[in-house]
Amino acid sequence: MCTVCGCETGEMKIDGAQSRGHGHSHAPGFTQERMVQIETDILAKNNEYAAANREVFAGSNVLALNLVSSPGSGKTTLLTRTIEDIAGNTSLAVIEGDQQTTNDADRIRETGVQAVQINTGKGCHLDGHMVGHALEKLSIEDGILFIENVGNLVCPASFDLGEAHKVVILSVTEGEDKPIKYPDMFHASDVMLLTKTDLLPYLDFDVDLCLDYARRVNPNIEIFQVSPKTGEGMQNWYSWIASRQASNEIARSG
Amino acid sequence: MHELSICENIVSVIEEQAVEQSFGKVKTVRLEIGPLAGIELEALLFSFDVAAKGGVAENATLEVIEMPVIGLCISCSQSVEVKERYDPCPICGSFQVQITGGEELRIKELEVL
Ligand SMILES: Nc1nc2c(ncn2[C@@H]2O[C@H](COP(=O)(O)OP(=O)(O)O)[C@@H](O)[C@H]2O)c(=O)[nH]1
Ligand SMILES: [Mg+2]
Ligand SMILES: [Zn+2]
Ligand SMILES: [Zn+2]
Repeated sequence: MCTVCGCETGEMKIDGAQSRGHGHSHAPGFTQERMVQIETDILAKNNEYAAANREVFAGSNVLALNLVSSPGSGKTTLLTRTIEDIAGNTSLAVIEGDQQTTNDADRIRETGVQAVQINTGKGCHLDGHMVGHALEKLSIEDGILFIENVGNLVCPASFDLGEAHKVVILSVTEGEDKPIKYPDMFHASDVMLLTKTDLLPYLDFDVDLCLDYARRVNPNIEIFQVSPKTGEGMQNWYSWIASRQASNEIARSG
Repeated sequence: MHELSICENIVSVIEEQAVEQSFGKVKTVRLEIGPLAGIELEALLFSFDVAAKGGVAENATLEVIEMPVIGLCISCSQSVEVKERYDPCPICGSFQVQITGGEELRIKELEVL
């Protein structure tokens, strides 16, 4: 029941997308109760921060990649190997996101590459604001910024950090149905790295089925099968990075 | 928990609007949420009370308008309702369905005092 004039507001039920206006207007003056139209994306704030980050990246010619996965999929291992292999070609920086500890940033710094650790505490994802502040601590131009997100296949999908691409990492020990169990993440990512392939001989992991699931959720996803441990398949991933950097250049100059 | 940070975002939008549109109390917050937004509604409702404490939206009722998942089928050019991202087109069976609705995560309106 409408508290202003006592009209029945049966259309106010919450079971669909239909609009639920009152169908009449209330006489002003009795009370200040009123309707305020907002029509705002709840993540609009985050999107503003992300857009600002994106401008920074564009201005300094930085290719930003947002690495997402479950905890333990092998993001840091993949990153350290990648850094060791390509550091000679381009300038690099890393932002590490974890709830606690600086272990991962320490692992990155051991390779000689600059890294900033963000600890999110109870937070389960990085957001645009955190990354903006982390950027103040890094100096990078004409290079690549890797952002290792908090291990979580759910909400990092919703929080734009300003990256050029999300890269989802799935290890062969996790089960081939992850892409359809967590479709939002696989949909939001442009690349999937199927990692720890060196373990395939010991598992019943159906690679084809997994890739099929991933393409069902995202027909355009690029997939590379890699093992940072043995180095197998890593070259394809590096070629992809190089091609993205090149198209960044073209976008800038043209 | 993800829903808590979503609720903190909602509350901060509302606090901003309270200044801009000068209201002191919110009775109802009406959201539009699609199933593909990755939101657990139960957790959202629970978190909202926590996030709203002490502000203009304290004790406000959170109402959620659940949006349908809508896709455009590339094969048969029909706009169709599906359940999941990877569902086939209910008309022609093609998997080439481009999602056009169902990802909403929006504050629609507020009833304020
Ligand atoms: N066999 C094998 N183990 C790996 C590989 N990559 C990572 N691991 C192991 O997986 C565990 C988690 O790796 P880590 O990089 O910390 O995962 P993160 O939580 O995603 O950053 C560690 O014990 C790694 O040694 C790989 O390619 N092959
Ligand atoms: Mg890690
Ligand atoms: Zn989260
Ligand atoms: Zn169709």
